[in-house]
Amino acid sequence: MHSYRLPVKLFLLLSLAALILFPSVSSKFYLQLFSKIMILAILAMSLDLLAGFTGLISLGHAAFFGLGAYTLLLMSPEYAAASLWLSLPAAMTVAALAALVIGVLVLRSSGVYFIMVTLAFGQMFFYYVTGARRFGGSDGAYIYFKPDATLAGWAPIQLSNNLHFYYFVLALMVAVYLLLRIVIDSPFGHVICGIRVNENRMRSLGFPTFRYKLVAFMIAGALAGLAGYLDAAQYGFVSPELFGWRESGIVLMMVILGGMGTLYGPILGAFALALLQEFFADHTKHWLLPMGLFIILAVLVLPRGISGVLERLVVWGWNLGARRA
Amino acid sequence: MTKPHPVTRRAVLKGIVAGAGVAAAGAFIPRAFAAGVTTKVKLGLMLPYTGTYAALGKNIDDALRLAISEKGGKLGGREVEYVVVDDESEPAKGAENANKLVARDKVDFLIGTVHSGVAMAMVKVATDNDTMLIIPNAGAAAATGAACAANIFRTSFTNWQPGFAMGKVMAGRGQRRAVSVSWDYAAGRESMGGFKEGFTGGGGNVEKELVLAFPQVEFQPILTEIASIKPQFVYTFFAGAGAVKFVKDYAAAGLRNSIPLVGAGFLTDGTLPAQGDAAQGLETALHYADGLNLRKDSAFRAAFKKAANRDADVYAVQGYDAGQLLAVGLEAVNGDTKARKEMIAAMEKTEIDSPRGRFTLSKAHNPVQDIYLRKVAGLENRFVSIAVKALADPARGCKLV
Amino acid sequence: MSDKVIFFLIQVLNGAQYGLLLFLVASGLTLIFGVMRIINLAHGSFYMLGAYLAFSFAERTGNLWLAMLIAVPLTVLIGLLLEAALFRFLYDRDHLYQVLLTYGLILVLEEVRSIFFGDDVHGVKVPDFLNFSLRLTPALSYPVYRLFMSAVCVAVGAALYIFINHTTVGMSVRAGALNREMVQSLGIDIGLIYRLVFALGVALAAFAGMIAAPVASVFPGMGNQILIISFVVVVIGGIGSVKGAFIGSLLIGLADTFGQVYAREISGMTIYLLMVLVLLWRPTGLFGRAT
Repeated sequence: MHSYRLPVKLFLLLSLAALILFPSVSSKFYLQLFSKIMILAILAMSLDLLAGFTGLISLGHAAFFGLGAYTLLLMSPEYAAASLWLSLPAAMTVAALAALVIGVLVLRSSGVYFIMVTLAFGQMFFYYVTGARRFGGSDGAYIYFKPDATLAGWAPIQLSNNLHFYYFVLALMVAVYLLLRIVIDSPFGHVICGIRVNENRMRSLGFPTFRYKLVAFMIAGALAGLAGYLDAAQYGFVSPELFGWRESGIVLMMVILGGMGTLYGPILGAFALALLQEFFADHTKHWLLPMGLFIILAVLVLPRGISGVLERLVVWGWNLGARRA
Repeated sequence: MTKPHPVTRRAVLKGIVAGAGVAAAGAFIPRAFAAGVTTKVKLGLMLPYTGTYAALGKNIDDALRLAISEKGGKLGGREVEYVVVDDESEPAKGAENANKLVARDKVDFLIGTVHSGVAMAMVKVATDNDTMLIIPNAGAAAATGAACAANIFRTSFTNWQPGFAMGKVMAGRGQRRAVSVSWDYAAGRESMGGFKEGFTGGGGNVEKELVLAFPQVEFQPILTEIASIKPQFVYTFFAGAGAVKFVKDYAAAGLRNSIPLVGAGFLTDGTLPAQGDAAQGLETALHYADGLNLRKDSAFRAAFKKAANRDADVYAVQGYDAGQLLAVGLEAVNGDTKARKEMIAAMEKTEIDSPRGRFTLSKAHNPVQDIYLRKVAGLENRFVSIAVKALADPARGCKLV
Repeated sequence: MSDKVIFFLIQVLNGAQYGLLLFLVASGLTLIFGVMRIINLAHGSFYMLGAYLAFSFAERTGNLWLAMLIAVPLTVLIGLLLEAALFRFLYDRDHLYQVLLTYGLILVLEEVRSIFFGDDVHGVKVPDFLNFSLRLTPALSYPVYRLFMSAVCVAVGAALYIFINHTTVGMSVRAGALNREMVQSLGIDIGLIYRLVFALGVALAAFAGMIAAPVASVFPGMGNQILIISFVVVVIGGIGSVKGAFIGSLLIGLADTFGQVYAREISGMTIYLLMVLVLLWRPTGLFGRAT
């Protein structure tokens, strides 16, 4: 694996540079689209921590996404903006606390039952929010003003400005990636990976695996809440669909398709799925057909997702270049 | 140094799949938007072309195009270009879809939709981007209420209007105990709310409001509950395929013999062929009916039948009037969509000669119109009487009022 | 009997009727899951396909029974083709890949349905000789077709039970669920068993869609809706247990029906709450074994 590090790292840095420069060539619509994709990438990375590194496949991860979004709704007064510095940490905290409570209940299960019980909690949030009038029910609710970043009279960024919003999200995405990288490479992260490989062995070595899983669950939940917050801030619209199994399913798709357990794979997966969707939708009303075929083909042919192919391509190109030199 | 990978068939296949993904992404390097002003007026139609409201969406679309073709295919001297999006009646995607029309396709007018929840998303996008919006159906009160704006118009109704009228009529007949049934979403709640206001205003009492999730059609538990409560009558709001099923299920449960069913007119508009016997004799309130005996109505029905090969219904009328309103606005400014103020002023002042009868727009930009009481006879919703004349929606919270 | 009691019993009937329909779908799912160890998200799509095929043939022939006679074998054929082309690659793969592949399959089947049958919502006529109602109270009558439907579901359930527990083939199926290798070493072609079980599961789902069509309407999202609930039923009942699927579906049917009428705000949540409670009490479902 280590011999792949450098070429892949170079590729990632180049991609980052491309993303930084992107606004200079793009129209407003694509700026907004890429912002949306990066928000989904944050969500996908948080799920990768759970699924790819800890081995916990959750079909209810969108619950924390929705919680982050609805926290912003609740903290936004109807005719004014919420404070970014207050509402963003609040969203993450709410999501983390929910992850604590839910984690304690679901982390006893494993395998298929874990998948189902996480799904159940996601659905329960969905139905609760659908039924509760003050959240707007199935039609959703609106946030009329984007969060305000003013602190002591000075606003470093205006989130209502598409460009500012784009860079804000980009910075957060990079920050989340780096944070997760640090977590994975830490002793804590090593235990987590060990749990994925063989939980019984870790337990026999004396690690309190339940607690480790719970902490991972909470970190993932908090980051998902961050993504949800940004999603609500971008379009100013929240709906119960954010909690549902379809949303959870799409995120899981992005993680698996992109390449589980690689951390950058989910980012690729988010871009791939979202852009493919736009591409197909432009060409045919029945765009789900090529989309579905693509997913099926990818499962049959790409065992390690897009990141697997990418690594092979990048390394092959690197070696090609190295041999020429 | 690593050995180069052999070019196996598997590797090539993988490359193709990945390449497809990359190519697709590459197709996105955005092209600079073509410079130069297009002389066509761009209309962004966001309607349900699939799902439970598909028939409604198609009628609105066809009638709108009919109205424009009657003006020679031009609005204010300019040709028309349509950009069409299927909203699938899904509020969650509403903001994104509307945003696409406004930000990417840069439409001059947003027109839509049927589902109230989706329409509210369009209202928000129109407000955020200051785009003209004409609503040809969705009756969400907020669109011409709390969220009203100068650039938002409606040629249909608010959910409150037919409900209020029906409530008034039933209270006027001496009925005192009712149960209302609908889907649990904005339109359903507002319709039941309007009914409650009209009914309790006349001395009646709504014993229970039964709801189920949109667009569920498993009514059995609710029908059983209605039988158990035994009200004097039931008021309901359903539309499209849901309306078809509810009327049939209500009859199959034998409830029509003992508990009369009334409702907002959507229950029986466009649905009679499918409902058949189950709908005979049903009374409903709506701003349109069969047998109105108006010249404009006869002309419109004939034209619509010819153009779309289907019978017109209230949804077609609303779409047609949206086209008429567009024409009024654009003609007043000779097609110059930048002359926003003059265009809006003309649209506000006009009296639309609609197949439903003539109507004006309230200050909140919602139709002030007669609500008719109708009764189902054969395949028609026969006009019985005027339930309420020139009924205006209260437009609660609107800043324009 | 007092009115309140009568209506309570009628609601129980409503709940049971819904539960029995769920059972048809869930039994197929639990068999496929239990015997073949495959999570098949596309199971709901077979339900939808069955309904649309029945609607389409019923319109053409004017007869629902004839339509079903044609449509069931047709769906089984489609199922077997899919098994040969796709599912056989999933037998030893991680659950994740099964989820992903069948998710892609859902999308494909939805669009195929859209291309062939369109996206409108359709009603299917109740067959004439069943199109009447039984008067239960002065105010309320019960559509006989629903009673017929429930009877059919019970009959199918009984047939399934007999097949699984009292025939040789059924014995092989049960054995295959317990220990695949042993069955193979005994000389029984496990591939054949798998194909049989898959065909059976698909047929059950499709048949459920067809028979429910007059009552539930035929509409684009119908597959996904019933899929998620079927999974809940399967998990509650225990993976691989048809008996568990039966009990589970009745429980869900009743919970959903009563939740709708008496606790509207939380009605959607009731079935998931139920699942969480059952799993807390019995982590592998009511009648399941640890997989």
